[in-house]
Amino acid sequence: MAAPTELTAPTSVQADPVIAVRGLWKVFGARPERVPADPSLAALSRRDLMAATGCVAAVCGIDFAVAPGEVFVVMGLSGSGKSTLGRCLTRLVEPTAGEVVFEGEDILAADRRRLRTLRRDKFSMVFQHFGLLPHRRVIDNVAYGLEVRGARRAARWARAQEVIDLVGLGGNERSYPDQLSGGMQQRVGLARALAGDPDVLFFDEPFSALDPLIRRDMQNEVVRLHHEVGKTMVFITHDLSEALKLGDRILIMRDGKAVQCGTGEELVGAPADDYVADFVHDVPRADVLTLKWVMRPPTANDVLDGPELAPDVVVRAAVRTVLESDRPVKVVRDGELLGVVDHEEILATVAGE
Amino acid sequence: MAQLALTNRISLRRPGRGVLLLAVLVLFLALWTVLRGTHTLALGAADLTSLHRAINDFNDALGASRNSNPVFLYFFNEIRLVVDEFTTFLQGLLAQPSFGRPVPLVGWLGVVALVGYISYAVASWKVALPATGGFAFLGLQGLWQESMDTLALTLAAVIIALVFAIPLGIWAGLSDRVNRLLTPVLDLMQTMPTFVYLAPLTLIFLIGPASATIATLIYAAPPAIRFTAHGIRDAPRETVEASESLGATTGQTLVKVLLPAAKRTIVLGINQTIMAALSMVTIAALIDAPGLGQTVVKALQTLDVGTAFNAGLAIVVMAIVLDRVTSTAGQRAGRRRRPRRGAVVARRVALVAGGVLTILAVYLSATYVWASEFPPDASFGPAIAQAATDVTNWVQNNLSPVTNGFKDFFTLVLIDPLQTLLTESPWWLLGALIVAVSVLVGSVRAAAVSAGCVLLLWGTGVWSDAMATLASTVVATLIVMVLGVVLGVWMGRSRMVDRVLRPLLDAGQTMPAFVYLVPFLALFGASRFTAIVAAVVFAAPVAIKVVADGIRSVSATTVEAATAAGSSTWQLITKVQLPMSRHALTLATNQGLIYVLSMVVVGGLVGAGALGYDVVAGFAQGQLYGKGLAAGVAIVLLGVMLDRLTKAAAQRSR
Repeated sequence: MAAPTELTAPTSVQADPVIAVRGLWKVFGARPERVPADPSLAALSRRDLMAATGCVAAVCGIDFAVAPGEVFVVMGLSGSGKSTLGRCLTRLVEPTAGEVVFEGEDILAADRRRLRTLRRDKFSMVFQHFGLLPHRRVIDNVAYGLEVRGARRAARWARAQEVIDLVGLGGNERSYPDQLSGGMQQRVGLARALAGDPDVLFFDEPFSALDPLIRRDMQNEVVRLHHEVGKTMVFITHDLSEALKLGDRILIMRDGKAVQCGTGEELVGAPADDYVADFVHDVPRADVLTLKWVMRPPTANDVLDGPELAPDVVVRAAVRTVLESDRPVKVVRDGELLGVVDHEEILATVAGE
Repeated sequence: MAQLALTNRISLRRPGRGVLLLAVLVLFLALWTVLRGTHTLALGAADLTSLHRAINDFNDALGASRNSNPVFLYFFNEIRLVVDEFTTFLQGLLAQPSFGRPVPLVGWLGVVALVGYISYAVASWKVALPATGGFAFLGLQGLWQESMDTLALTLAAVIIALVFAIPLGIWAGLSDRVNRLLTPVLDLMQTMPTFVYLAPLTLIFLIGPASATIATLIYAAPPAIRFTAHGIRDAPRETVEASESLGATTGQTLVKVLLPAAKRTIVLGINQTIMAALSMVTIAALIDAPGLGQTVVKALQTLDVGTAFNAGLAIVVMAIVLDRVTSTAGQRAGRRRRPRRGAVVARRVALVAGGVLTILAVYLSATYVWASEFPPDASFGPAIAQAATDVTNWVQNNLSPVTNGFKDFFTLVLIDPLQTLLTESPWWLLGALIVAVSVLVGSVRAAAVSAGCVLLLWGTGVWSDAMATLASTVVATLIVMVLGVVLGVWMGRSRMVDRVLRPLLDAGQTMPAFVYLVPFLALFGASRFTAIVAAVVFAAPVAIKVVADGIRSVSATTVEAATAAGSSTWQLITKVQLPMSRHALTLATNQGLIYVLSMVVVGGLVGAGALGYDVVAGFAQGQLYGKGLAAGVAIVLLGVMLDRLTKAAAQRSR
C-alpha cells in the first residue's frame, strides 16, 4: 500500500484530553508492584512472567489519551486485558502502577470520598450483563445513581423519566428488568449511565450478550446518542466491526499490551504488525478506506481533466464516479492535486486485494 | 526405548492400592488371631480412669469456684444470666406461669392465632391454615405446655443465634479474610454430632435451660452465618460493580444491592437454623431442657413407646409447621414477579383485619382461662399413646419372628463379628490398621490426622467403647451406602422416581434425630440394632440425594454417546454413570458417616451402649461426669477422623 507517509503517523489528540493514561499497569498476584518497577520483569512476556513470579500481568504499560467528544474504542480478544483496563480507568479494579489523568486530575491519587464524587458526577459505566437490580423497577434502576447521591424522589424520577424517554424505553418504567428483553435491559443500563449526566461514559462490551440484530440496533442507538448528547465515550469490545462502526479511534490490545492505536482506516490501511493485519484481514476494505489510501501519483500518461473527489471520500462511495468516468478521477484537497484513482485501484480495493 | 520406559512404569505401579489394602487387612487378621483379647483397654460401665476422675475433680473445683472465680463471675455467669433471663421470659410468655399469673401470658388461642397470622404475613394462607391446624393439634395431643416450652427454647436460641449470625455472615460475605477464617470453624462445628456440644457446656453453664439454649444456639448458628455469607458473595458481580461505579458507598451497596439480592438465601439460612435449633432443643432434654424432648427421653428410658410416640409426633408436627412456613417464606422472598395491584390491596386489607383479630385472640387468651389453658377434656393424646402401645404390642406379639429374625440376622452376621474384631483387638494393632488404611484410601495427611485421633482416643480412656461405636457406625454406613447407591441411581435416572422420593427425603431430613428412635424401638426393642436402623433411616436421605445429584450431573452427551455405542442399561450404570459420579459417592459416604455417627450416639438412649451411653450416663450421674465428657471428646475424635479420611478419599477420586 503506497500511502503518503505523513498520513500513516498515528493521529494525535489536538485539544486537552479528557482522559490521559500513562504507563498503566495492572498485575495480579503476590507483591504485584515489583513487576512494573523492575524493567527486566516488565519486559517479560506474560508466560515468562507467570513462570518467574507467579503474577499475571493483565495490563502492561498502556498509554493513550481521549479527546473531548471522542468515541475511543479499546479492542482485543478475550484475555487481552481490555476489560481490566476499562475497570482500571474508574478504579473498579485498582491499578498497580501508572497514571490516569481525568480532566487534569490524577484519579489514582483520589481518596475514597473523592473517587465516589467522581463516580457520582463525572463518569458512569454500562456493563456487559447489564448489572441491573432485579428487585427494582426500571425507573428505580435508572434513578439508582441519583438516589445514592441523595437526590429527592420527585427530582430523580423526573430525571429518570427524561433519560428513559431518550433511550426509547418510554412506557416501560414500571416493569421489572426480568420482564424486558436483553436489548431493552441494556437500554435501561444505558439510561442509568446517562441519568447522572456524566462527562464520560464507559462501555464494557455492552452488546456482546445480545442477538446480532438487536446488537446493530443498539450500536445505532449509541451513534444517535453520541450525536444528541455528545458525550465522550470509552468503548470496550472484542468485535472489530463494532469498533470500526463506532470508534473515532481504536486501541488494539494483545496480551495486556497496546499493539496499535489509530483510526479505523489507519488500522486497515497500515496495520502495525501481522497480528493487526490478520485481525483486519476480513474487513471490507472499500467500506473503511478513503481515497487517500488507494490513490496513486499521476503519471505522464494520465489525462487530468476527469472528475474531482476529496481524499476523505470512502472508496465505496467513489466506485460509481470512478467507473463511469473513462478518465482517472483526480483526488484534490484545497485545489491541490494529491493523486489519481483509476478503475484498477477501485477494483483492487473492492475485490479486497 | 520409549517402549521400555512404558513397561517399566507399569511394572513400577504394581502392586495397586487394592492389593496393598488386602495385604494390610490379611496381616491385621493374622495378628488379630494371635493377639486377640490382649491390650483391649476394655472398661466396665462404672469403671473410671484417672483422667475421668481428674475431670470430675476439675468439675467439682469449677463448681466450688463458680461464684468466686472472676472468669465466671464477670463473664460466664453473666452470659448464663442473660440467656437464662431471655429464655425464662419467652417461657413466661408462652409456656410457664409467670408475671404473677397462674398461667403464661399468651394462652393457646393467642399462640395459635399468632402462628396463623405470622405464617400468612411471611408466607401465604396456604401455609397459614395447616400451620394453625398443626398448633391446635399439639394442644389436642395434650402436650400444649411441653410444646410451648420447646417452642420458647427454640425461639430463644434462634433469636440470639441470629443476632450474632447475620452480622457475622454479612461480614464474612464482604471480607475474604473473615470468610477464610470462619469457614473451617463452621465446617468443624457442623461435622460434630449434636450431642457433643452438651457436655463441655454443662461444665461452664451447669445443667438446665440456659445451657440448653446456649448449646442450641451454637449448634444452630452456622447455617445462618454460612447462608448469609454465601448469599452476599453470590450477588451478581456486575450489579455490585454498577452500584460502585455510580458512586454508592459500601453501606449503600450493602443495603440497596447485596441484602436484597441475598434475601432469599438468608431466609433459607434462617430456615436451616430454626430446624437445627428444634432438633437440638429436643436432644438438650438430656441436660434437663424442658419440653417435648423431655417427654420423649423419659418415655424412652421406661420403654413407654406409646408416650414417646405421642410426643415424637408432636415434635414432627412442629418441625413440619416451622419448616413449611420458613421455606415458603424463602420462596416468596425469591419470587421476582410481583403480584397485580388488586392482589396487593387485598393482601393489605387481609393483613390489617387479621392483625386486629390476632390482637383480640391474644387479649382473650391473656384474660380468660378457656382461651389460656388448652381444654384438657379435648385431649386425645392418651388415645394416640394407647393406639401406639397397642400397635407395638401387636407387633411384638405377632411379628416378633420376623423382626427378631431380621435383627438377629444382622446382629450375628454383621454387627457382632465386626464389633468383636474391633473391640478385642489390641488397641495399637487396630490403631496401626486405621493409619495404614488412611494412607491407602486417603492421603498421608489424612493418615497423620488419623494417627493423632487414635492416640487421643487412647488417651480418653474409652477406647473400647469408641471401637464399639465405630463398629456400629461402619455397619450403618455400609447399609446407608447400599441404599444410597440403589435408590440414588434409580432417582438419578428417572425423573418420576425423583419427583416421588425427593419430597419424602426432604421431609426426612428436617426431622429432629430423636424421633427416629421411637418407631424402631417399637419394632425391635432396646438394642444396638435399633440404634443402627434409626441411624440408617436418619442418614439415608442425604446419601441418596447426593448420589442422585451425582448421577444426574453426568453429562447428557456422554450418556448419549455410551447409549449410541450400544451399552445396555447395566453397562451404562456400571461403566459410565457410577464411575463418573465417583466423587458424589465418596461425598455421600462422608455425609452418611457424619449423620450415622450422630445418630448412633443418640442411640445410647435405647440400649446401643458404648459412647452414647457413656455420655447420657455422664449427665445423669455425678461420678460418671468425667467419663461422659471423655466419651463426648471421643465422639468428636471419631467424627474428625472419619470426616478427614473420607474427604481425603474424595479428593483423591476427583
